[in-house]
Amino acid sequence: MSEGLGKYAAYILTAYGLTAAVFAVLILGALSHARRWRRRAEALTRGEPPP
Amino acid sequence: MLPAPAFLTNPERFMAFSRWAAPLFGALAAVLAAAGLWLGWTAPDDYQQGATVRIMFIHVPASVVAMLIYVCLAGASFLSLVFRHMLADCAAQAAAVLGAGYTALALVTGSLWGRPMWGAWWVWDARLTSVLVLLLLYVAYLALRASLDDEAKAARASAILALVGVVNLPIIHFSVTWWNSLHQGSSMLTKGALPAAYSRPLYLMMLAYLAAFGALWLVRIRGEVWRRRADAAALRAARV
Repeated sequence: MSEGLGKYAAYILTAYGLTAAVFAVLILGALSHARRWRRRAEALTRGEPPP
Repeated sequence: MLPAPAFLTNPERFMAFSRWAAPLFGALAAVLAAAGLWLGWTAPDDYQQGATVRIMFIHVPASVVAMLIYVCLAGASFLSLVFRHMLADCAAQAAAVLGAGYTALALVTGSLWGRPMWGAWWVWDARLTSVLVLLLLYVAYLALRASLDDEAKAARASAILALVGVVNLPIIHFSVTWWNSLHQGSSMLTKGALPAAYSRPLYLMMLAYLAAFGALWLVRIRGEVWRRRADAAALRAARV
């Protein structure tokens, strides 16, 4: 970064911030989806009520 | 039956493979993104675009991988439609969610790049419009799946929709050559079009986005497999 972000800082930082937010949503969504259904499937297979 | 990768024909083998492959891809994505971001943020400003050239390192990979995800969605849909394979259907469903996220990211970062460079957040340009159509295809796929209770019918209908949507991919790619476009032409495939100071972080970020997709896709497919197992177990329990 030679001369700072200057007058474009708002656009650049918003773009990077939104990218981080979208990836956070995709990662947390994928992990929670897998975890939720894994717990449910395991409980049902053991004959327990689903969590 | 045509030969297919072993892990795609056997859910148990896929679950064993994805248990170690998903974290591996995730770690790879983190390392590549760290290197790409470092090189991107220390790259010199462009003589025309100034500091906004840094948006390229997050916008271009999102656009390219969004299209690649659609190829994966269409491929999995084809296998699901022809072989009625459960894992292929899970893969298609998992890809659609991620494709919608990557495409939305491409549109939003493109808009944030376009505003200071073109003076407009949005123009009904062939490239932008065809990428918007890609997002609508992903959303339509997910909406169609959600609207049908019968899993087999939902898989068949959404697979057909996904295959029809493939026609949009060459339109996106060639839109900047077929029509007059505000969007710049293809520079990634043109040798020497980008100086190393920009091409290195761009390719690193491209690989990072790709590895992140690999990790997230595997985790999402695992979730889908567990969901179907839970549904099957619930059905068995209800019958007893």
